[in-house]
Amino acid sequence: MKILLPALSPTMETGNLVKWLVKEGDDVLSGDILAEIETDKATMELESPDDGKIEKILVKEGSENIIVNTEIALLSVEGEEIEEKIEKPIESSPPVILNGADTNTKENNISMGSLLKEQSNSLETKNWSEKEITMREALNQAIEEEMILDKDVFLLGEEVAEYDGAYKVTQGLLDKFGSKRVLDTPISEHGFTGLAIGAAMSGLKPICEFMTFNFSMQAIDQIVNSAAKSLYMSGGEINVPIVFRGPNGAAARVGAQHSQCFISWFSHIPGLLVVAPSNARDAKGLLKSSIRNPNPVVFLEHELLYKEKSNVPEENDFLIPIGKANLIKEGSDVTIIGFSMSVQRILNALPSIEKLGIKPDIIDLRSIKPLDEDLIYKSVKKTNRVVIVEDGWGNTSFGSHLSYLIQSNCFDYLDSEIIKVSGKDVPMPYAENLEKLALPNTDEITSAVKKVSYTN
Amino acid sequence: MNKKISNSFSNDQLLKFYEKMFLIRKFEEKAAQLYGAGKIGGFCHLYIGQEAVVIGILSSINSEDTVITAYRDHGHILARGVDPKSVMSELTGRKDGISKGKGGSMHMFSKANRFYGGHGIVGAQVPLGVGIGFAHKYRNEKKISRVYLGDGAMSNGQVFEAFNLASLWELPVLFIIENNKYGMGTSIGRSAAGNELFERATVFGIKGEKVDGMNFFTVSDAAIRARDYINNNSKPYIIEMDTYRFRGHSMSDPGLYRSKDEVNKMKEIDPVLMMKETLLKEYKLHEDSIKDIEIDIKKQIKDVEKFSLDSPLPEIKELFTEVYL
Repeated sequence: MKILLPALSPTMETGNLVKWLVKEGDDVLSGDILAEIETDKATMELESPDDGKIEKILVKEGSENIIVNTEIALLSVEGEEIEEKIEKPIESSPPVILNGADTNTKENNISMGSLLKEQSNSLETKNWSEKEITMREALNQAIEEEMILDKDVFLLGEEVAEYDGAYKVTQGLLDKFGSKRVLDTPISEHGFTGLAIGAAMSGLKPICEFMTFNFSMQAIDQIVNSAAKSLYMSGGEINVPIVFRGPNGAAARVGAQHSQCFISWFSHIPGLLVVAPSNARDAKGLLKSSIRNPNPVVFLEHELLYKEKSNVPEENDFLIPIGKANLIKEGSDVTIIGFSMSVQRILNALPSIEKLGIKPDIIDLRSIKPLDEDLIYKSVKKTNRVVIVEDGWGNTSFGSHLSYLIQSNCFDYLDSEIIKVSGKDVPMPYAENLEKLALPNTDEITSAVKKVSYTN
Repeated sequence: MNKKISNSFSNDQLLKFYEKMFLIRKFEEKAAQLYGAGKIGGFCHLYIGQEAVVIGILSSINSEDTVITAYRDHGHILARGVDPKSVMSELTGRKDGISKGKGGSMHMFSKANRFYGGHGIVGAQVPLGVGIGFAHKYRNEKKISRVYLGDGAMSNGQVFEAFNLASLWELPVLFIIENNKYGMGTSIGRSAAGNELFERATVFGIKGEKVDGMNFFTVSDAAIRARDYINNNSKPYIIEMDTYRFRGHSMSDPGLYRSKDEVNKMKEIDPVLMMKETLLKEYKLHEDSIKDIEIDIKKQIKDVEKFSLDSPLPEIKELFTEVYL
């Protein structure tokens, strides 16, 4: 057996043979120290790979800059000829340019698999029996229906059971499904999120509620490193069918640690789907789709929208596909894009925009990841002007990325810069006037629309 | 040295366990060589010295039971019966690797063999393993989730959250602390306050014990005790294994934090050699039957090496697959 100068660190290319601790003719056991090797990082011990006798020493001690994989000694191993080194060079792959060197555009081939396929024959066309209910009730219905349909679905989180949910989204579910399927957890986000992901790895379909997404930061390692990456790093072996849900973003007067939008954080992570509905109907349809989805879904609700009502189908087969945006108002002059609470803000600004004689396309993204790029680009190519509204901080935000996507896919169609109206880059203040200023408001949205329209 | 144990395995079974221990040892030595030759990249954490733990536990496992561990996982996945060729090919980052070359040394999984990884973040596998135990209970399966963690993880917050949840919800989980005395280069005395590590779980109402983890028989005894306790009481249990790794934390660890004397002293109780000695002296097994096993394994490892180097690199399209299902 040939003993080669080993690579003793991920970056080592050459080494110095400081000292031999054996001589020719010595009997050695596997793991015995043969020599001291100086690497780029430290002096390391070279251990014998097998039991045998040192046949020959090929490189003298004191030699420097020996290239990794140089033969430095021969070891004769019982019952084995001095073997040939298995010499099969790793065939290095040619450099590959992935579709214009940019992996962030739509053409990057990331397979969304069954994601859109199953849901593409959308059900919006059916005649539903509808009832006007709040988003809170819609979410509750979605969970209840899916728990009835699939026994693998269970719900866990702080105060979701006996207390009926901190925001009453899970009201009554404990009575209907019992404590085996609706579980109050201790205040241990890191622990119960990991537990829920583990249960999902073994095939259950947990709905993991964060009382607010602010507390999900306690568990972000589990969400990013365990939930999002397992399918990929297991070569497709382990999927994680889980929904993380709860209120996200700024509610009202709860201060810096309880008022934050996490859309940009989660949409940054490959392997996570990110959904953020703006109304009760979408909330029900999207939550049901999320629960049925085989991937981890981050489902971001908004406390201020819980009480908002809309017409919601009562049937249990009503689904809204993940990845489909909604053109909620059709115009011709400017595309205004929002999601979750910012849709509300855009609608609040609409009268003043219309007063200017500007007719906007208003897009409610509903899904942040995957993003309905087709619908966005179609609208932009028609209006040639874009305003993006997001509650979260503007620095390295989702809105920034969306603006990049639009300019790279619709460059020739744009007649103006893209304007992003974001939350101000400050921790959320408590005082009412300051809090209002920290979030996008009607005036900012209206002036952004005016600016991209070159209107005074 | 090794007392006869209460549970009685047949000689054939004992030889099988020895075979597995020897396989892990030789596999890891080969991995070290291949790492040295630049065929394995990145991090590579060897299990050499700790084999009695995983095989002693194996002696109490039903094939339906589940296992999860951290990043020092080669021994664990081999113990679960996954083909060494697909494990080594994962280490060499090839198409035939168990994770198609996309996971690496720290990220290997096999649902068919009830092995749930292979996790690179210290402590993260513990809540996950408790969740797997939760799923067993939820489905009324008579299975136990075996969750391995190192002494380093025993100072990680989520581990205590997981102990609390496992005990509170009475989940069928066996926690196995592999206390090899060092979290990377920091000795246990410099990282953990208080008494024995397993006692940190007992405050949550989890029963447990500390056992000699260098000895297959003591590990096996404890593992069977633990299994019976969990089955009879529907509650978690914890075992702290007193063990030792003979090699560095990872391949690039010069090991300056411990003395050669200490390492050499521990090598005197090499778990693989001790098991062999016990089989020969106390069980009066024939030397030839052991030698045959060793020769077979050495041959097998050669095939494994060749396979793992002949297997092609993953296809380029794999870059973009399996991000989503």
